[in-house]
Amino acid sequence: MGGLPILSLMLFVPLVGAIVCLFLGAHAARVTALVTTIINLALGILLWASYDIGGAQWQFVESQPLFAGFSYALGIDGIALMLIVLSVFLMPVCILASWDGIRDRVGIYMSAFLFMELLIIGVFAAQDLFLFYIFFEAGLIPMYLIIGIWGGDNRIYASYKFFLYTLLGSVLMLIAMLWMVNDAGTSYIPILMQYDFAPGVQNWLWFAFFASFAVKMPMWPVHTWLPDAHVQAPTAGSVILAGVLLKLGGYGFIRFSLPMFPDASAQFAWLIFTLSMIAVIYTSLVALVQSDMKKLIAYSSVAHMAIVTVGLFAFNIQGLEGAMIVMLSHGLVSGALFLCVGVIYDRLHTREIARYGGLAINMPKYAIFFLLFTMASIGLPGTSGFVGEFLSLAGIYQVSSFVTIICTTGIILGAAYMLYLYRRVVFGLQRNEDAAAMPDLNGREWLMLAPIAAATLWMGIYPESFLAPMRQDIAVLDARLARVAPEYDSAIRIGTPRPSAANQVTDEHGAAGAGDAHGAAAVANGGIAGEGAH
Amino acid sequence: MDFGNYLALIAPELLISISGLVLLLITAWVGDSAARPVSILAALVLGVACFMVGPALLEGAAGPDTSAFAGQFRADGFAAFAKMLIYVSGIACLMIAPPFFERLGAMRAEYPVLILFAVLGTGIMVSSGNLITLYIGLELSSLAAYVLASFLPGSGRSAEAGLKYFILGALASGILLYGMSLVYGFTGTTDFTLIRAAMALELSTGALFGLIFVLAGLAFKIAAVPFHMWTPDVYEGAPTPVTTFFASAPKVAAVALTVRVSLDAFGLQADAWRQIVIFAALASIVLGALGAIGQDNLKRLLAYSSINNVGFILIGLAAGTPQGASAVLVYLAIYVVMTIGSFVAILMLRDAEGSYVENIRDIAGLSRAKPVIALILAGMMLSLAGLPPMFGFWGKFVVFQAAVQADLILLAALGIAASVIGAFYYLKVVKVMFFDEPAGVVQGRSETGHWVLLIAMAIIVSPLGYLLTIPLGLLADRAAVSLFLLP
Repeated sequence: MGGLPILSLMLFVPLVGAIVCLFLGAHAARVTALVTTIINLALGILLWASYDIGGAQWQFVESQPLFAGFSYALGIDGIALMLIVLSVFLMPVCILASWDGIRDRVGIYMSAFLFMELLIIGVFAAQDLFLFYIFFEAGLIPMYLIIGIWGGDNRIYASYKFFLYTLLGSVLMLIAMLWMVNDAGTSYIPILMQYDFAPGVQNWLWFAFFASFAVKMPMWPVHTWLPDAHVQAPTAGSVILAGVLLKLGGYGFIRFSLPMFPDASAQFAWLIFTLSMIAVIYTSLVALVQSDMKKLIAYSSVAHMAIVTVGLFAFNIQGLEGAMIVMLSHGLVSGALFLCVGVIYDRLHTREIARYGGLAINMPKYAIFFLLFTMASIGLPGTSGFVGEFLSLAGIYQVSSFVTIICTTGIILGAAYMLYLYRRVVFGLQRNEDAAAMPDLNGREWLMLAPIAAATLWMGIYPESFLAPMRQDIAVLDARLARVAPEYDSAIRIGTPRPSAANQVTDEHGAAGAGDAHGAAAVANGGIAGEGAH
Repeated sequence: MDFGNYLALIAPELLISISGLVLLLITAWVGDSAARPVSILAALVLGVACFMVGPALLEGAAGPDTSAFAGQFRADGFAAFAKMLIYVSGIACLMIAPPFFERLGAMRAEYPVLILFAVLGTGIMVSSGNLITLYIGLELSSLAAYVLASFLPGSGRSAEAGLKYFILGALASGILLYGMSLVYGFTGTTDFTLIRAAMALELSTGALFGLIFVLAGLAFKIAAVPFHMWTPDVYEGAPTPVTTFFASAPKVAAVALTVRVSLDAFGLQADAWRQIVIFAALASIVLGALGAIGQDNLKRLLAYSSINNVGFILIGLAAGTPQGASAVLVYLAIYVVMTIGSFVAILMLRDAEGSYVENIRDIAGLSRAKPVIALILAGMMLSLAGLPPMFGFWGKFVVFQAAVQADLILLAALGIAASVIGAFYYLKVVKVMFFDEPAGVVQGRSETGHWVLLIAMAIIVSPLGYLLTIPLGLLADRAAVSLFLLP
């Protein structure tokens, strides 16, 4: 691992960039922010490259006793690694997306974004419970500013709603954390992940964490802040919100709720399933009738996140891996879809679907990118969406056929609303002259969309690159959850085979000894099969 | 112990009172032209006093050696911690005042002297080991404070603030005295240690009434609900430097005094006062937050914010443990920094005519006109709201940690949930400064002294403040333990 504290460096670089940006003019701030995020992207790639797959569970560990009551402890496993890589990958894209669109107080804007990057990396890298909480909560402030200062017409309402909703969700988590640390005597996350809290208490703790992560995720019915926030946020704000901030909820479940409170998680899995099933169907139907593009994609995010939650609470490897891939894929795809909306919003300054139409004629390159991301959102094989959704559904199918059927219906509905959106915007007649006169993608927009498109295809065609670092950690989590894993309602039950084939003609004069041996082997097989089923 | 040792223990008080008298004579002879030199001298005196309480603070002095005059005066680590905060806020209030009053043509040399006497009184409050000492300290600081509140001649609001503070303060003193007389009547002593011993076995109804009245009188001084009504009016009416003083030094002293009385004198009857403290804590948090929402004056808003914050402080007291007392001290330290920072930032806002801006509407769009002040004020607000990564979060953190460790989980959960209400109006200030269109009211330059103070406070409140958590926690722990090691 060497002596280079990459994680601290990844926190330090955006910090410096953010402070510098505060004092710079518009153009200098843009360049500084871009350079900073690219340095961090390089560090992220270095992090991925030097991550030892199959090595220690926690790598790049750093610890400094800087504070009373908690410590500056960083370290990542494969799960955190992939989410960090996703974040640093999206950040330069966000800066590019705001290159021309943001003209007012650029320095503060870029600074807010860099602070956001710092806090997001901190959340994923924190190995101390309270350090995690500080990063987790602090992320609200830059996002509040981004929505409130550079947002749309109704930005004030949206920023308040975003802030207070998520704050209310997460304050109780702090009390739960204080209790846990008081009980376990440490705030070090890897130890807490192995610590067994009393089952009765687990329920309370689980709910306190659930309240926070469910809002962040967001799960139905606490998702209502998301469409408002998305619609009002500037394009890059939406990208980071959908691409990374929503992942904090899923990360919270996989890092805290599942390993720390396995009993409570198993007990409340039905709650998660119910909410997720409602979310998949309900928000998909809501998405179908939206006339605002951003709102449509926002609702589709809620539906996709529901697939994540069912995958997580399937308590098996497929489900967990699938949930992670859906999160990564959704980070790329929904981010890219918001960028696609941003591209045409920058030209026409409206998000009304009805104002567009026939863009394939005047913006063919744009149409291709948009198509790719639409397909990825639907989950077409070959794109990242397919891998994640398939694994998740395969995981949940082992637990409950009913939940799988409902969630799969959601995927069909997903195809419906996305294709319907695509048809109305890109195909059909060119209804408006100004929309028909829009120029195709420029170089900057190519630079934004092409890397995401490549990553989407890579994850769709060869997901092993992304699964490999996480495999061991998911296996550890699966082993931790094995004790409480639910019965499989669709498991194949292996019966006891007959000692001989049904049509076998018994030869009384035949080799009796051979027959006995055959029978004994069959019994032995049956026994093993029976134990396996048990 | 001989008399000389006693004098050594009260050395800071001796220094302040003698210098206060000397400076008073100077002002009497030289007149108002001596205002600035006297301010500087007063600040120097407080600076020296800081060094005098330093050793007791650092070593966490405790035990019989810290008790002077037969237990009437305690110079232990707890008192030293509180005094350090009081002296530092006294210095800050001396620094910010001259430019303010000179601009209004009202700078008088009595201001620093009054501040010195108020500081002296608050110092005696936190050191009291006897109900009589408590009352002397309280009245000394209050009488100085009444005059300070009405320090602006010709200002109706200032006079109103002074009068209101005086009448309600006198009422509170009456309640306190009544409680003290009951306690004395039923325990036969005014000494904290002896009261504690007398209450060890049982709490007679009369003594319980005494306890309640004493706590009610103290609740008035710390502005806890339901004895908070005077706070917004006094904060709004008093000149801003004086408001800064009210929100810092006397607040620290009253809270520290309440902690000492509750944990020392009434320490063995914690069940009797805990429910009162819990009620006051939750009511202060909720009412402080709800009351602030409708305010359009920044000083009134900060008054409600102080009510709100006192609620959180009382959660630490409700825990009734050394951790709780330590948490209260840590919270107080951070609170003083945030309060001084916020008021200094407000003091730096003036309109075209040079008069001070106090209305929230007038700071709309401040982030364009005065980006640095706006950013720092926003940081102060978020910190007062207790949002990480600002340092204000740490105060709430330790308080809630103490409550959870004392098994008051429901209290902690309710308190933190109610803190979300408070977040709303702090965010409103940020919103007005950053989201709204500029009102163009705030103009002009600010004094260097203000800048120095503001930036110093901003650095502490910023996430860099977390580097202070270890020394701060250590000092507060030692100070809190000294409260439990009875002389």
